[in-house]
Amino acid sequence: MTVNGQPQAHDVEPRVLLVQYLREESGLTGTKIGCDTSSCGACTVLLDGESVKSCTIFAAQADGAAITTIEGLANGDEMHPVQQAFHENHGLQCGFCTAGMVMAAVSLLEEVPNPTESDVRLGLEGNLCRCTGYHNIVKSVLAAAEMVRK
Amino acid sequence: MIPAAFDYVRASSADEAIALIQAHGEDAKFLAGGMSLIPLMKLRLATPTVLVDLGRVADLSYVTDAGDHLAIGALTRHRFLETNELLTKECGVLRAVAAQVGDNQVRHRGTIGGSVAHGDPASDLPAALLALDATFVVRGPGGERTVPAADFFQGFLETALAPDEMLVEVRVPKVGGAGFSYQKFQRRAQDWAIVGAIAARVNGGVHVALVNMGSTPVRASAVEAALAQGASPADAAEHAADATEPAADLNASVEYREHLARVLTRRALEAASS
Ligand SMILES: Cc1cc2nc3c(=O)[nH]c(=O)nc-3n(C[C@H](O)[C@H](O)[C@H](O)COP(=O)(O)OP(=O)(O)OC[C@H]3O[C@@H](n4cnc5c(N)ncnc54)[C@H](O)[C@@H]3O)c2cc1C
Ligand code: FES
Ligand code: FES
Repeated sequence: MTVNGQPQAHDVEPRVLLVQYLREESGLTGTKIGCDTSSCGACTVLLDGESVKSCTIFAAQADGAAITTIEGLANGDEMHPVQQAFHENHGLQCGFCTAGMVMAAVSLLEEVPNPTESDVRLGLEGNLCRCTGYHNIVKSVLAAAEMVRK
Repeated sequence: MIPAAFDYVRASSADEAIALIQAHGEDAKFLAGGMSLIPLMKLRLATPTVLVDLGRVADLSYVTDAGDHLAIGALTRHRFLETNELLTKECGVLRAVAAQVGDNQVRHRGTIGGSVAHGDPASDLPAALLALDATFVVRGPGGERTVPAADFFQGFLETALAPDEMLVEVRVPKVGGAGFSYQKFQRRAQDWAIVGAIAARVNGGVHVALVNMGSTPVRASAVEAALAQGASPADAAEHAADATEPAADLNASVEYREHLARVLTRRALEAASS
């Protein structure tokens, strides 16, 4: 598979989950494990451009796919618009949910480029945040959509 | 949480998948989107020794017009159904129900075949397919057979599928893009329904199916009969819990589920006819 554009090959046991693979084999610890029960979305990454919960997919299933993690979003020193918008709109507090939130938002904006507030709330229903009350997250995603449009 | 060890094999066609399942025996299982199976394996509630990954069986992902019905490949993902124009136009109820399954991440992976084969009474699509009188095309080592939805769901997580049989296609009638409603009652947006009621106009009648009101998805036959005899939606909906056997759990008692079934059925009938 490729991870953030880099081809990678590791031999792993079939039971290794994609999130373990990314954190332990690829050394990319930006992707978090929140619940480990497919509920919280902290482990969200993109698989061929679509958001998936990496705690609920075996690394072997992603063989040959293109994976993007939070580490792969920025272009050098320039943040991705969704990252920039979270930064400017206080879209995070403790930060634990943020990598997953940002990846889910990137996928959402790919599918719904001009979302309403309700589209954003529904589109991020698979991601839980214990700190922000979601308000600033929704504001960030709407701001990011605006930035991308410009 | 780490699942128990297993061997992983990949199939590139349905026939290869069936041959692999046969070769590996009783404890081998198909893996489609993994959205039901992987959580169970992580909890070690499922411990298959071999997984036959269907993820690369590319030719079973489709919605096509087959004349008097629509044919849907078993590996078609929820997200594909949610955004499919043909389905929106010819069987809008199924599109709407697919859009209510889990969250975006789950809909990007989960398949209609996996939902049906899993046979969970709390799942959305099985109830919708029961309401639609769908037909399931099942392929095994000896060839293909078709099973009507009414005979398919046999008990809690139990279906008419033999261990070496694969669901390959789902067939639904063309019922149009309007005249339906899905009322899903849930605690959090991404959750399974505590109770759900689906009403849809099918072949001139109104069909009603319930989610999570027994060990399988069920048709609300008493409601349908009352409607056929001219009862109002509100009067017919009073029969929604007749002959159901819902379970009690952390989310709801039996009485509460029965109450929800009546209220949600009334709302679904009213919304479907407006
Ligand atoms: C967080 C979360 C929330 C969810 N919320 C909902 C919800 O609100 N409503 C809902 O309905 N569902 C929900 N689901 C479940 C989801 O719909 C699954 O996609 C679906 O139940 C299973 O489909 P799958 O393709 O992932 O199947 P898998 O998990 O891969 O397989 C499920 C079972 O079916 C068998 N199987 C799969 N495909 C075939 C086939 N073609 N032939 C024979 N056997 C087969 C497998 O061997 C396995 O036993 C949720 C899941 C998660 C993780
Ligand atoms: S860690 Fe994957 S969904 Fe919570
Ligand atoms: S910022 Fe702390 S969990 Fe979301």
